[in-house]
Amino acid sequence: MKRRSDRVLDGWLWFAALLALALFMAFFIMLGTESRASVLRFGWRFVVTSVWDPVHSVFGALPFLYGTAVTSLFALVFGGLVGVCTAVFLVYFVRGWFRSWLGGAIELLAAIPSVVYGLWGLFVLAPWLQHTLEPWLGRWLGFLPLFQGVPYGVGYLAAGLILSVMILPTVTALSRDVLLAVPRDIHEGALALGATTQEMITHVALPYARSGIISALMLGLGRAVGETIAVTMVIGNRPEISASLFAPGYTMASVIANEFTEATTHVYLSALYEVGLLLFLLTVAFYVVARLFIRGIAKTEGNV
Amino acid sequence: MLSIEIKVEALHAWYGNDEVLHGIDLAIEPRSVTAIIGPSGCGKSTFIRCLNRLHETNPGARVAGHVWVGGEDVYRMDPIDVRRTIGMVFQRPNPFPTMSIFDNVALGLKFAGVKDRRRLRARVEESLAMAALWDEVKDRLHQPAMSLSGGQQQRLCIARALAVEPRVLLMDEPTSALDPISTMRIEELVQNLKQTYTIVIVTHNMQQAARIADQTAFFLDGHLIEVGPTSKVFTKPDDKRTEDYVSGRFG
Ligand SMILES: Nc1ncnc2c1ncn2[C@@H]1O[C@H](COP(=O)(O)OP(=O)(O)O)[C@@H](O)[C@H]1O
Ligand SMILES: [Mg+2]
Repeated sequence: MKRRSDRVLDGWLWFAALLALALFMAFFIMLGTESRASVLRFGWRFVVTSVWDPVHSVFGALPFLYGTAVTSLFALVFGGLVGVCTAVFLVYFVRGWFRSWLGGAIELLAAIPSVVYGLWGLFVLAPWLQHTLEPWLGRWLGFLPLFQGVPYGVGYLAAGLILSVMILPTVTALSRDVLLAVPRDIHEGALALGATTQEMITHVALPYARSGIISALMLGLGRAVGETIAVTMVIGNRPEISASLFAPGYTMASVIANEFTEATTHVYLSALYEVGLLLFLLTVAFYVVARLFIRGIAKTEGNV
Repeated sequence: MLSIEIKVEALHAWYGNDEVLHGIDLAIEPRSVTAIIGPSGCGKSTFIRCLNRLHETNPGARVAGHVWVGGEDVYRMDPIDVRRTIGMVFQRPNPFPTMSIFDNVALGLKFAGVKDRRRLRARVEESLAMAALWDEVKDRLHQPAMSLSGGQQQRLCIARALAVEPRVLLMDEPTSALDPISTMRIEELVQNLKQTYTIVIVTHNMQQAARIADQTAFFLDGHLIEVGPTSKVFTKPDDKRTEDYVSGRFG
């Protein structure tokens, strides 16, 4: 027999869980109905064509999908790598007050509002990219299509870098906590076999912590995909696909934010809703993939 | 004159400002089993962790004194080489959970720079055989280490330590987390391994020490109270405190 207070608590927990589920469904249904007109009119062409022409009511969202993919993958690779390395540094190479101070400083980066990142990106990062980094990359790595073309400053590279900085605190803090939770006897097991600190980290600690680190990266990716204002300020907002990271582009979140107020026709608004629907599905897909990945790992380790 | 494999002189150890070993002197013959006994907290684990220089990996931990293994001064060697010369098995079986049985045993060899696959395989098989585990795992080498039972995991950890061909094997209460049958198998194993290795085993189980050890050392509050042939320590100890402990009057 459960006590009365337990039943009340149970009730509340059920209510909260169902409310979250209901909100999720409501969002999905709302986005689905609002984007119906666009889905019916353009079908698959919506996601595979690149003409975005509100004047003639022709909408193809490929440039936005591409921009979101490029900038968030850039952040995942670059910001993720720096974040995981920083976490390793914090856990294994510094101790005491310096560790907590540095860790705190990195976590504070998460408290800076997006719009401030955007301002910094626009007025500091973009000019530096245009006059220093991009010409330099073009000179030395210009044989790669990624680094060809006119340095604009604003563009995929600027957005990717801003996003890298923005996901850094999430990735670092979570990876650090995961690494701190690796049991001491696992570390000592490696040391007792004659591992150097570096071998202990790469062969034993990181594999042990990998499912947690993957979740950290997925959370970071989720943030990068959905980030709006900072990206809008530095990506250049041009609906074009370019192989060069120097070129201006556009992302799904940015186009919604920029064009919602201008969407005067029904199909225009519906097209923007469809972009929102795709963004929503994309985030859900990332989440599901991450969960499956983590479950797969847990299974191979025999400790589901 | 008997040869000496491990010689410890005036060994002191600290955690921060707490001195937990107050000058230990001990000599151990090659291919023998030495049991370290004493009430919990008396410094047994700390002592053997000073032998392979694992103690100093604790933040704030410090050591003074001398340890020689096979005539070499451990505290003048590279700690990596020390730990390859002196293997260790821990209280709780700690196989690397993300790795297969095979990879667990091969890891130390990889650290030692062995790349040749045939040599790796041969050495893994040899080590598992020495740890009396080969017959049980030979058909499932690539399954996760965590699929083994606790006793098998501990023997896997022994195989892992033996793979890098150490001279000395340290065991810190290796059976305290195991059932009686697994415990017996490990004890038999220790008897076989001492033909090749010098073994130092910490145990809180005095029957175990009596069964497997040639020499027994009794620790109390960071001091080595008495060391001698096992039968003597258990039947005619010199020190009153040893007598009280082995007769079960405290600890
Ligand atoms: N990591 C540590 N930090 C601080 N003190 C410790 C640590 N490990 C052990 N000690 C202390 O050192 C003393 C000896 O511990 P230990 O060598 O583990 O004893 P035993 O293995 O005989 O039970 C104990 O008083 C214990 O509290
Ligand atoms: Mg102990």
